Amino acid sequence: MSATSKFATFGNELYTGKRSYPFVGKRKLWYWIAAIAVLASILIPIAKGGFNLGIEFRGGSEFTVSSVENTEVSIGEEAISGVNTGAEPTVTNIAPNTMRIQMDRLNDDQTLQVKENLIDAYGVTQDEVTSNYIGPTWGQDVSGKAITGFFVFVFLGAVLMALYFRTWKMSLAAMVGLFVVMFVTAGIYSLSNFEVTPSAVIGFLTILSYSLYDTVVVFDKVRENTEDVDVSTKRSFAEQVNLAINQTLVRSINTSVVAVLPVASVLFIGALLLGAGTLRDLSLALFVGIIVGTLSTVFIAAPLYAGLRLREPDIKRQSKRVNNRRRNEDGLAGNGAVV
Amino acid sequence: MSRKSPVTAARRTLIWLGVIFAALALTLGGGTMWGEASWTPKLALDLEGGTQMILAPKVQGGGEEITQEQLDQAVSIIRQRVDGSGVSEAEITTQSGRNVVVSLPGIPDSDTRDLIQASAQMEFRPVLMRAPAPAAETPTPKDQLTTPTAKPTNGSDLNWVTPELQQKFEKLDCTDPKALEPAAEPADPDKPMISCEPDTGSKYILGPVAVPGTDIESADFGLRSNSQGQTLNEWAVNIDFNGDGTEKFKEVTTRLYSFGQQDPRNQFAIVLDGTVISAPTTNAVIPDGKPSISGSFTEDSAAALAEQLKYGALPISFEIQSEQQISATLGADQLRLGLISGVIGLALVAVYSMFQYRMLGLVTIVSLVVAGVLTYLAIAILGWTQNYRLSLAGVAGLIVAIGQTADSFIVYFERIRDELRDGRNMVSAVENGWRRAKQTVLASKAVNLLAAVVLFFVAVGSVRGFAFTLGLTAIADLIVVFLFTHPTMQLLAKTKFFGGGHRWSGLDPSLLDVVPIYRGAGRLREPSTAAVDANKGRAGAKPISARNKPASKEAERRLTIAERRKAEGAEPNVYAGSDSAPKEENN
Repeated sequence: MSATSKFATFGNELYTGKRSYPFVGKRKLWYWIAAIAVLASILIPIAKGGFNLGIEFRGGSEFTVSSVENTEVSIGEEAISGVNTGAEPTVTNIAPNTMRIQMDRLNDDQTLQVKENLIDAYGVTQDEVTSNYIGPTWGQDVSGKAITGFFVFVFLGAVLMALYFRTWKMSLAAMVGLFVVMFVTAGIYSLSNFEVTPSAVIGFLTILSYSLYDTVVVFDKVRENTEDVDVSTKRSFAEQVNLAINQTLVRSINTSVVAVLPVASVLFIGALLLGAGTLRDLSLALFVGIIVGTLSTVFIAAPLYAGLRLREPDIKRQSKRVNNRRRNEDGLAGNGAVV
Repeated sequence: MSRKSPVTAARRTLIWLGVIFAALALTLGGGTMWGEASWTPKLALDLEGGTQMILAPKVQGGGEEITQEQLDQAVSIIRQRVDGSGVSEAEITTQSGRNVVVSLPGIPDSDTRDLIQASAQMEFRPVLMRAPAPAAETPTPKDQLTTPTAKPTNGSDLNWVTPELQQKFEKLDCTDPKALEPAAEPADPDKPMISCEPDTGSKYILGPVAVPGTDIESADFGLRSNSQGQTLNEWAVNIDFNGDGTEKFKEVTTRLYSFGQQDPRNQFAIVLDGTVISAPTTNAVIPDGKPSISGSFTEDSAAALAEQLKYGALPISFEIQSEQQISATLGADQLRLGLISGVIGLALVAVYSMFQYRMLGLVTIVSLVVAGVLTYLAIAILGWTQNYRLSLAGVAGLIVAIGQTADSFIVYFERIRDELRDGRNMVSAVENGWRRAKQTVLASKAVNLLAAVVLFFVAVGSVRGFAFTLGLTAIADLIVVFLFTHPTMQLLAKTKFFGGGHRWSGLDPSLLDVVPIYRGAGRLREPSTAAVDANKGRAGAKPISARNKPASKEAERRLTIAERRKAEGAEPNVYAGSDSAPKEENN
């Protein structure tokens, strides 16, 4: 109860400007942090020699054995050694009672034989062993499509924003924010050695949607606050943008929490009980992306928009007017800048 | 809407929502009773169990590009093969104009797989024997079976017919669907075969291949014209053979024409994938390689045959690019856990909303439930009408959508709070907050929809399901926030609990600093009746409780010059006089 009151008070103070975080004022610092993060996200995969690509990208055969009593890895390895495959299998216990065996691609006969051996070795029924073989082009198809989708979405999203907000600067700022999200999420993926599967690639695309969505909400407030900034001398443009970010901060926090909770629930329950699979891969990408997306809107996209506009002569003049008024009104206060 | 009272408008809007619900429920209910619909959504392969194969087409003997038409033709041929092999509910689709996706329940045996991968064989074979549909005749006694007396000299030579072949022919019942099952092995082009014509139920013994389908240059259809060049009201299919084909076809028509119209050997059969698709009689020797087939064609059947013939010119085989076998147990587990985690996620969201927004959180939860029911009905109806199947990725999409749906309410509630902070009473805060939130919600949902559409169109495989549910829930969210959440808020604003700003309502004015404590140039105003007077006339504003006093004292104590200026800056100026014009016009 008291926590809620505090949070409401926090919201009130952010709304009135009584409490204010210098999102715009310290923007150079955020840019540096973002630049370093992006650079690291590019360098880490290079240093590590790429991503941990899923079987869909490498090509290979995969077996999943469910309802296993004894989850010994050696059982699976022995079972396969009987088949002359020439492939080195990776046997993993991916979830309680579930084993996954991955190896280079097998032909039909070998697949059937491996399957038979696994059924015998783990003492399960025919239904409980699934096999899955994937050509290396399958993953490339998916990522090729994803790249197309990425550019189409970025283009249409940029046009949509430029039309809705009637300024290309907001659109540009939003897109820069979007790229930061993409790179950093990819970097985190590489750093943590998460497996990149087609589902993860799709998760990335969904993050774009989420990130842009979040930016639209914050920018809507920015636009509202700065609509008649040219006739106002109450706050400078940068201060108005900063106020808008602060005013929507509670909403941003609430939104990210609410968006992350179900995703996290899928991620943890899925990962704990199911192991690798569509649900886990999707939710993993989303989990990382939602958090990065919110941060990027607040720290990069919105301050960048302010930065882009600050060079405009009108905005410069307005800022000067605000400063003049302040100097005239209270000569006593030296440290006048709110932002 | 502005002239109507909010309550009337709200009631009217809620009735509309009721109408939509009733319409959806009745559609589905009617579909369940009289149609094929079911109350539960159809499940995709990954949840139901089965096999999904992604096939890459390969043109035999050439690097020719495959057109969408040919791919569509290939899909229909694979569908015929799969249906013919007795697998029900197979789903065959093309993907990105390049691949064919075959989804089958269960695990196909190697025969079925070979069948799917095999190229379609089109060939022209001379007819040796023919029998009409019913097979109830008595078999020819053993001693009367024709026995070859010599080595066959040409394709129409009856010496091809061995006793075994004749017996098999007599046993064959072409009205039995089993007989139409495509053979796993394509027939040997140099040997005779027996075959059915599914359209008529006739059965045939056919000689070796006279002209292979690859010799077809092109095929089309049109109205036949007679020897005087007059166009007749009769559809015909025109074939154009290449050089080799012309030679071979000339040879075969010369031979067939000589048999005379009554002899079955006058016919030749066009065989696609082992079944006879047409068996025209020969009326003339065709020396130019441009035969025309006429008969009782309709425009559609002529078009269909021409398409099949064209396909014959380009035999496509398929290579399995990816094959995934999904056991039903694994799928059911995944669905169960997916749903459990969805419910847990929903519960967490509910707890968080209640924590943040008190009873308003309840509005969020009910709105989410309404959105959920709406989405469920839509998915079930789409499953019935469009054969939409819910996949695991689709379930993931639904769970992800919980957060995005709840966000619309958060944007709205925060707006209402902002309006309350500006000193509005509850009713006008709801109206004004909505006017602003509406715009934001529309713009941001447009982004969601855009993403869903882009994802859907570039999607591969299961991603489509994901994109589809994302788009569907974005629409459901819009419907709910417009037709449920907002009118509900309008009604609630009139209640004592919310309108009066009960401390548990989530809209407690004292919590939201509704009464400006600092006013004008640093002047401190007592948070007392004077402040309430300012809000009088706008019904419902709650008098400042004693509870608020310590808070204001505390604030007073902390007041510094800089803070005072900030507070001053935040004061009504930008949002001048809470009900004044400029703000209203921003919309």
